[in-house]
Amino acid sequence: MARLDRILGVLGASSLVAALAFAAALPAGTASAEGDYFRPVTDETVKAECAACHMAFPAGMLPARSWEALMADLPDHFGEDASLDDVTRATITAYLVANAAPEKSYIARSVATGDPVLRISETPWWIKEHRGEVSPKAFENPKVGSKANCVACHRGAEKGYYEDD
Amino acid sequence: MKPTTIGAATGIAFILALAGIASAAGGRDTIIASYAAAAGEPLSAERGKALFMGTHSSGKPDTPSCITCHTDNLKGPGKTRAGKEIEPMAVSANPQRYTDPAFVEKWFGRNCNSVLGRECTPLEKGDLLTWLSSL
Ligand code: HEC
Repeated sequence: MARLDRILGVLGASSLVAALAFAAALPAGTASAEGDYFRPVTDETVKAECAACHMAFPAGMLPARSWEALMADLPDHFGEDASLDDVTRATITAYLVANAAPEKSYIARSVATGDPVLRISETPWWIKEHRGEVSPKAFENPKVGSKANCVACHRGAEKGYYEDD
Repeated sequence: MKPTTIGAATGIAFILALAGIASAAGGRDTIIASYAAAAGEPLSAERGKALFMGTHSSGKPDTPSCITCHTDNLKGPGKTRAGKEIEPMAVSANPQRYTDPAFVEKWFGRNCNSVLGRECTPLEKGDLLTWLSSL
């Protein structure tokens, strides 16, 4: 909310409406003026299940075929068993596929061929965004612990904001 | 509010809180009892502790132990491999633990397979919950 208050204070209410309308028109994954925005997960099942172990990553961070491949192998989910019952698994897969990075987006195009990329942190897009800016050692810092811990550096990640912090 | 109203409200809140703890304990006892019945032998907190704290080589390489994520201080928070905090496992620190049978079964299913490379038996599950509930 701090962000909204700031915008309100600076722009006044009428331009806020314009700003919101503009933001709503942006497709997931488009860079906004202040940094990159990804629409956070809205589905309650997806939120609850994925966020048991890590942030519920926005569906727009991977293309549909990546989500499909990932959801097809939950018993070996990056070295852990993350099995779900069939109904829950189908619900989550449907949400992720429906909200995946659009086919023509940079993210989807960068991983359009070859085996589906399963780790967000192994997409060319993610690597490019972090290269040079973040030292590989930073991810080993105990406070970060993993490349999956977006919020350690991107304070607004849970709300969809991934600008440089 | 008049003092008597506050008194009554506090009293009711207290009774509700107690009832909440009692039903949590009831749920937990039922879960443990059903594992004991399926096991057909007495449960042991000692065995549960050894299983939980031990290092195992039969499971997935990144998760050799339950304490890989839950840590060896069960009254404090744990951490997933992705860096997210896990609520304490000790019932004294987290009274809502082990009260939803489906949740308990889901996580035993996943975690026993990750750490041991197989399902836990009803005896092992009963032993584990007996120990974790005593902390
Ligand atoms: C890879 C990390 C990880 C490992 C290894 C792990 N757990 Fe867990 N465990 C979790 C997470 C995450 C949860 C769900 C979040 C929560 O309950 O706070 C959980 C939940 C549980 C629950 C459900 C708790 C409840 O409130 O009902 C039990 C029981 C459990 N774990 C037991 C174990 C046992 C036994 C082992 C070892 C065989 C183990 N865990 C190993 C991460 C792990």
